[in-house]
Amino acid sequence: MSGIVLATGEAPPFRRGDRVRVMTRAPVGHYRVPTYLRGKSAVVERVIEPAAIDNEEEAYGRNAGSKRHYYRIIVPMTSIWPNYAGSARDDLRIEVFETWLERIAS
Amino acid sequence: MSQHEHDHPHAEIGQSERPGYYDMMETAVRELLIEKGLFEAGEIRRQIEVLDSRTPALGAKVVARAWVDADFRARLLANGRTACEELGISFYDDTQLIVLENTAEVHNLIVCTLCSCYPRPVLGLPPDWYKLKPYRARAVSEPRAVLAEFGTHIPDDVEVRVSDSTALVRYLVLPRRPDGTAGYSEEQLAGLVTRDAMIGVIPVTAGEAGVSR
Repeated sequence: MSGIVLATGEAPPFRRGDRVRVMTRAPVGHYRVPTYLRGKSAVVERVIEPAAIDNEEEAYGRNAGSKRHYYRIIVPMTSIWPNYAGSARDDLRIEVFETWLERIAS
Repeated sequence: MSQHEHDHPHAEIGQSERPGYYDMMETAVRELLIEKGLFEAGEIRRQIEVLDSRTPALGAKVVARAWVDADFRARLLANGRTACEELGISFYDDTQLIVLENTAEVHNLIVCTLCSCYPRPVLGLPPDWYKLKPYRARAVSEPRAVLAEFGTHIPDDVEVRVSDSTALVRYLVLPRRPDGTAGYSEEQLAGLVTRDAMIGVIPVTAGEAGVSR
């Protein structure tokens, strides 16, 4: 339907196949992104619908306005572990909240 | 050896050690919240009943249905949660479920490196090893070695795909249907499916789990 204006965060900015990077941050308190993935490049496998509350904010009872999407992303094992023992095709998949991802040129 | 004869003493069941720090913390917080009227003791008991009603037998039924019903399988892979809800399995914890299909090309393994995220609505409580640090650390860094310790050897031309469950998505592995089960009923198939196969550490094999054939 035309003419519908979506609020910020309603439409996911990343899509399947987009190249993204997990941001390198070290917040104090509750976080849901494992340390071993900070700064790693990934490809979006799928958008997790529906948009959800930011778990990290929810931990402190702050829910208002924090709805964004989670993305299931693909990271090759060999890019995480330099001495990875196994096939170069092996990969890790994980859901990461939108605020932890930045777009990188493909 | 099915008979357990009581001609030997059993250790008395009781709590002899002092409660630990977190035991006391849990008791204190629980009593405070009840006292403040945020919930009642009966609600905690009720939630334990909810958890106790979930076991790997539910997941096994989901897997067996997917093996015999192609339309259900397609719906399950498209949206794990709504397909399980069709069978009456509720998602009381408001998580989403992605069902990961094992194929000749891909072997899936699930883990929660941060804590113990697990598809509790369909599998119940996770095994202790799933929650302990060795599995959590090694499943993402050397999955093939972990699988080998379970007796599962994945050929190099098969992709090992590890899903780290961290926030609101839970995963259930849809194992491959074993060969030689063409004549099995849905119920017999469900009897073959084990918890560990739905975590992805072992395959499902025919002739396990006491199925009468």
